Amino acid sequence: MKLLVPVKRVVDYNVKVRVKADGTGVETANVKMSMNPFDEIAVEEAVRLKEKGVATEIVAVSCGPTACQEQIRTALAMGADRGILVEHDGVLEPLAVAKLLKALVAKENPELVILGKQAIDDDMNATGQMLAALLGWAQGTFASKVEKDGDKLKVTREVDGGLETVSLKLPAIVTTDLRLNEPRYASLPNIMKARKKPIENVKPADLGVDVTPRLTVLKVEEPAKRQAGKKVGSVQELVDKLRNEAKVI
Amino acid sequence: MAVLVLADHDGSALTQPSRSTIAAAAKLGEVHVLVLGAAAAAQAAAQVAGVAKVLHSEAEPYANGLAEPVAALLVALAPNYSHLLAPASAAGKNVMPRVAALLDVQVISDIAGVVDADTFVRPIYAGNALATVKSADPKKVITVRAASFDPAAATGGSAAVEAAPSADDPGLSSFLGAEIAKSERPELTAARIVVSGGRAMGSSENFKIIEGVADKLGAAVGASRAAVDAGYAPNDHQVGQTGKIVAPELYIAVGISGAIQHLAGMKDSKVIVAINKDEEAPIFSVADYGLVGDLFKLMPELEAELAKK
Ligand SMILES: Cc1cc2nc3c(=O)[nH]c(=O)nc-3n(C[C@H](O)[C@H](O)[C@H](O)COP(=O)(O)OP(=O)(O)OC[C@H]3O[C@@H](n4cnc5c(N)ncnc54)[C@H](O)[C@@H]3O)c2cc1C
Repeated sequence: MKLLVPVKRVVDYNVKVRVKADGTGVETANVKMSMNPFDEIAVEEAVRLKEKGVATEIVAVSCGPTACQEQIRTALAMGADRGILVEHDGVLEPLAVAKLLKALVAKENPELVILGKQAIDDDMNATGQMLAALLGWAQGTFASKVEKDGDKLKVTREVDGGLETVSLKLPAIVTTDLRLNEPRYASLPNIMKARKKPIENVKPADLGVDVTPRLTVLKVEEPAKRQAGKKVGSVQELVDKLRNEAKVI
Repeated sequence: MAVLVLADHDGSALTQPSRSTIAAAAKLGEVHVLVLGAAAAAQAAAQVAGVAKVLHSEAEPYANGLAEPVAALLVALAPNYSHLLAPASAAGKNVMPRVAALLDVQVISDIAGVVDADTFVRPIYAGNALATVKSADPKKVITVRAASFDPAAATGGSAAVEAAPSADDPGLSSFLGAEIAKSERPELTAARIVVSGGRAMGSSENFKIIEGVADKLGAAVGASRAAVDAGYAPNDHQVGQTGKIVAPELYIAVGISGAIQHLAGMKDSKVIVAINKDEEAPIFSVADYGLVGDLFKLMPELEAELAKK
């Protein structure tokens, strides 16, 4: 089966983001950018499915500015076969991305789309579910295990009390949780090979999708800062403070 | 127009995050609550303060909370409501974006504040920034960060319980089973005290040191991602940006360094205690009380000290 794997370019998870002084957003100029960590897990899962002979072709997609090519190249170096960049410079909300991906699904006919459960910039946790809705497909979100089971897909999901397992009709959507796998590092030869793999370039208009945002950001602020407290010298002192000063036990 | 809350429950009562969601919904209009499954839970929902009506269905496709049929039902109910809300629980996060896309609106995830009917505050970048966003959509589909809203009281209401209509089951998925851990301890997102262990615990066996102190305090047990990844604690114990968000009265972080992704899940706790052998650990920058030292020595001492009255 053919797989589609969307990857998002985000501020690297190690960067401590700063809110812009004018309150319009966070500082992204001269900040290290990377592939969203959950999307790395999605690419890894796709590559493993291909290595197992379950998947035949992996198409990596990114929606955003030209620079998203870097994240597509990373996916190609990990083992994706080709890339598609949906080039757009403005804000893309999950609904708009889901519509762009739906249009690509119509062209590419994948049997499975694997996405990260959440992008670590907007923390929306939405695109996979929204794409599943628009396509009328089953969804297996927050996956910690994915197995092909005849003509179905068996997905183990991380839920509030533990784990649950669902069976999905194919085609389907899967979103990855942290425990699904540990993504590989691309080897140097594979990075070199990835340079030769093709990346197609399209625009939202080519796909007939209106990506106008539905949300207006009125302001972005820093949350209230917590003051560091004091160090206590002993367990007795800690318990005394908790009982008599903070009065929480 | 009224607002609809999709509630989570344990078979007999609504979860505390669901009652927090009801509190958030009450700022937007008359609150109706949709309960799928046990009738006892629908009765409990009718008692919750501020609830005007409960819609209830025990129909088979909804029993296990599969996203596709539950979303179809919410879409069928949507014409009567201005806002559709659910807690940002695993269930709410699974269903609500699907509902939003079916209604052609952008979901507003994990709100931490209600400004007005169109405008909401939500954390972004692991809670390092708070965005105030205004939605231009005709209907709002929202998940609610429970830790940011005081829960509506479990009693005091007397709503009518009505049968929810049924919607066509798209029949796309089926439920095979679940491994849900039974625990006598309080639920992590509802607990008044949480004791969490990190990578430093070293094994699931050693996690008993955390449980010992937790039991003395009537606390829930949490964990860092590193502890969960290493198999020392189950996945649903993970506190953080991509795990559970908690804001208890007291949070005790043991052998946890304090990465931003972890802080994102607990820094709104009222009182934070950190126990760590590295006095430079970032967790101390948010801790009200810090204790520097070896957890394997300090935690047994703490358990003993708590046993004294
Ligand atoms: C996409 C993504 C999502 C993530 N989501 C989350 C999340 O939701 N929640 C989360 O927690 N993390 C999350 N992380 C991981 C996060 O970045 C950190 O790696 C993780 O929180 C570290 O866990 P830790 O503090 O237990 O381990 P470490 O950082 O290894 O810290 C261990 C600490 O224990 C101390 N220590 C060691 N031995 C002892 C001892 N004997 N006594 C006392 N102290 C001792 C050390 O000094 C150190 O401070 C995420 C990361 C990514 C990339």
